[in-house]
Amino acid sequence: MSTLTEAPPPLAPGAPESKPPKRRGRFTPYWLLLPGILWLVVFFALPMIYQASTSVQTGSLETGYKVTWHFATYWDALSAYWPQFVRSVLYAGTATILCLLLGYPLAYLIAFRAGRWRNLIMILVIAPFFTSFLIRTLAWKTILADGGPLVGALNSLHVLDVTSWLGLTAGDRVLATPLAVICGLTYNFLPFMILPLYTSLERIDGRLHEAAGDLYARPWTTFRKVTFPLSMPGVVSGTLLTFIPATGDYVNADLLGSTDTRMVGNVIQTQFLRVLDYPTAAALSFILMAAILLMVTFYIRRSGTEDLV
Amino acid sequence: MTNTTDPSGDVRLTGIAKTYGSFTAVHPLDLTVPQGSFFALLGASGCGKTTTLRMIAGLEEPSAGTVFLGDQDVTALPPYKRPVNTVFQSYALFPHLDIFENVAFGLRRRGLKSVKKQVEEMLELVQLGEQARKKPHQLSGGQQQRVAVARALINHPKVLLLDEPLGALDLKLRRQMQLELKRIQTEVGITFIHVTHDQEEAMTMADTVAVMNGGRVEQLGTPADLYENPRTTFVANFLGTSNFIEAEVDSKSGEDIVLKAGGGKLVLPEARCSAPTSTGGKVLVGVRPEKISLTHADDAGEIPEGRNRITGRIADSSFIGVSTQYVVDSPVCPDFEVYAQNIDRDPRLVPGAEVVLHWNPAHTFGLDAAQDADAGVEEAA
Amino acid sequence: MPFVNWLKRHLVVIAGLVTLAYLLLPNIIVTVFSFNKPKGRFNYEWQQFSLDAWKDPCGVSDLCGSLSVSLQIAFWATLGATLLGTLIAFALVRYRFRARGAVNSLIFLPMAMPEVVMAASLLTLFLNMGAQLGFWTILIAHIMFCLSFVVTAVKARVMSMDPKLEEAARDLYAGPFQTFVRVTLPIAAPGIAAGALLAFALSFDDFIITNFNAGSTVTFPMFVWGSAQRGTPVQINVIGTAMFIVAVLFVLISVVIGNRRNRQKA
Repeated sequence: MSTLTEAPPPLAPGAPESKPPKRRGRFTPYWLLLPGILWLVVFFALPMIYQASTSVQTGSLETGYKVTWHFATYWDALSAYWPQFVRSVLYAGTATILCLLLGYPLAYLIAFRAGRWRNLIMILVIAPFFTSFLIRTLAWKTILADGGPLVGALNSLHVLDVTSWLGLTAGDRVLATPLAVICGLTYNFLPFMILPLYTSLERIDGRLHEAAGDLYARPWTTFRKVTFPLSMPGVVSGTLLTFIPATGDYVNADLLGSTDTRMVGNVIQTQFLRVLDYPTAAALSFILMAAILLMVTFYIRRSGTEDLV
Repeated sequence: MTNTTDPSGDVRLTGIAKTYGSFTAVHPLDLTVPQGSFFALLGASGCGKTTTLRMIAGLEEPSAGTVFLGDQDVTALPPYKRPVNTVFQSYALFPHLDIFENVAFGLRRRGLKSVKKQVEEMLELVQLGEQARKKPHQLSGGQQQRVAVARALINHPKVLLLDEPLGALDLKLRRQMQLELKRIQTEVGITFIHVTHDQEEAMTMADTVAVMNGGRVEQLGTPADLYENPRTTFVANFLGTSNFIEAEVDSKSGEDIVLKAGGGKLVLPEARCSAPTSTGGKVLVGVRPEKISLTHADDAGEIPEGRNRITGRIADSSFIGVSTQYVVDSPVCPDFEVYAQNIDRDPRLVPGAEVVLHWNPAHTFGLDAAQDADAGVEEAA
Repeated sequence: MPFVNWLKRHLVVIAGLVTLAYLLLPNIIVTVFSFNKPKGRFNYEWQQFSLDAWKDPCGVSDLCGSLSVSLQIAFWATLGATLLGTLIAFALVRYRFRARGAVNSLIFLPMAMPEVVMAASLLTLFLNMGAQLGFWTILIAHIMFCLSFVVTAVKARVMSMDPKLEEAARDLYAGPFQTFVRVTLPIAAPGIAAGALLAFALSFDDFIITNFNAGSTVTFPMFVWGSAQRGTPVQINVIGTAMFIVAVLFVLISVVIGNRRNRQKA
């Protein structure tokens, strides 16, 4: 055992105090950090400040903007666009739950049941990443097309009646409905759920399953009492990796949805790039950031895995 | 062969110390390791032995003191400028290089162009000529260990430092490698400084052992000297097992001290006592379990005169093949350990039997009674 | 009831395979429709088999130009992010310094921030500075959001590296520079490569941040986005399919090589 790796025991009474030894290259870490951290400060942190400042400015493109501490922008933005905020959280939340329900069996399959197919399935999970996600999202337009085989099947099985009643679809259409947007979100962020789940499942010692079986646990009990609790770190990071980007997404709502499925990302994008109402856009973006940071912090506290980050 | 007249391979530490913040890993230490010797630093984890080794290697800067190699003060030299090489714990073989390149690493860094012949010779010496183009992870633990030794020795260092080099091997292989390392050391004649927590390993291999505890050297000497004549309870307990009896100095007769313990008297040669011996003073009397003979109380009359003796009752006995280990409950010491060779076993010596323990006074040692009689027991376990 | 028992035992496998099918279905559609000959401007309905698009992948104006812009940006962004990220990772693992907590948060936050927030705030910065939007602003943005992922990948590798290896190198006469080049860098290389690969993929496929900060420059994802409005040429399916095949081949080859190495080890 190296004496270095052990924690020093508490100071023995009368042990002589001495100055820590001089270290060569005391500034080395700062030089290593400098360029990258500077980059993040200038192009990540500073923009946040600019955005905060923009959100309380008034003026117009022609006359220029001035900081007037016009906090009413926040109020106006919220009262005008609260449905989009609620929709974002609902869509992203539903997609996250669906990702968990769909992703868990696949992660479990890769970790414990795939045998020699393990590598192949892993490749098949990762490989779609390499086709631009926009192209793959457009493919859903074909899959969910009106009168296509999938929609036809759902229609004849009366699934669409149920979803219509829930307000997820309209008539015999799937495209341009909330269901299509949620389906696209789920699809796009599913790998972000599967990979962390797989990582934490793979670390579980297979003998634990045998031990649980030996101690009279049925398979389902084994899952509930042993496997699932041990995979919690993966569940937490998977849900975060899915929920955060899904909340801010506007690609799925734009390509697969309609004007009734606009999410907050769509609003920010339109305000910034089309309407050019920078204060409102900045305020919306700031609210989104604050909301997500709050939700994430609360979630991490609740799930008790703060060491995750 | 060993050249004892050339002092360039001596390692001299004067007042060397290491502190981390308020924690003192090594208290100021003076130590001289003569050229060509096999020297062991022995102690439990956290005793400062590895830190001392790393200060010699240059991997740790001492907080105070100087390191001399021969006449050269190397304290300020970085490790890559010291003629010292290390065999690391768990070997630290470079995983991205094959065995040949691992062994050639030091030569290449010193700018040697043709290293082939030297490396091949060195691999032959450690019997790994066949494995030159394999990667470290393809070798067994014992083979990796030999690569680590070869990688260090090829540089002809003045001193070879070994940091728990056998810790990762299983018992049988460890025994084999102990002899192997000893053979190599005799062959090349380089000073070896070996850090270990295994007292048997230190005693088997080293000429001189320094027992360290709490950042200090407790005792330094040959293995036999440390075992037969420990000067602290830590050394007595860390190297093998010892029984202690608290006694009071009664009188002196010639070169012996006579002590009172319980109701009886014990004799201790004055030369083997490291405690003050004024009359009435307390002394811890120690004796090793294998030096003691066990006689059934009925035969007490047959015990020769002049032996130290104690009475007791057998509390427990366990048969372990070469010997039988007894625990004897005696008025002066509640769990006296006795190891009896299985030559003529007396069937009456079973738990509950009344016995007399007796031994030659020359095997007794005396220690300062102010210390903890159990120091070092846990660390040795 | 043997069938119910069989179903019970293999429920996880079936559910997993259904998910896998869900994941792969769009890729199959993309591939199939790369052989389509659509009637109108949009390639959403199957008409008839044709190799036209495969014969002329650059047949649509600006498509291959946008591809080249994306590749250039991905290359430089990967280089920049890998360099800066590796330096940070080494500082974080190997040194103790003040403000470690602040540095860790600054690395973590970009990964926990919706892209649209970063995109919007970066645009306010560029607008305030009066910067000309285009290639350079895209590159700056891509280096920014790739950086954290590189740091994470490299950090994991450097953390699992035995510091004794560097000590051994110094002990064997390698000075600080030699130690870094001969030992540290080669051992950290897989982590750096993983970080670089991730950065390349993220940069190449990024749309949201690019869309805000591109000005009139068109990257490949922006071309696809635009075509979703104006009409989708079959050629984008060809490019998508080709990327998928190249990626699968790339991974398969590396797996085969890895297996062969493992077999040598045994």
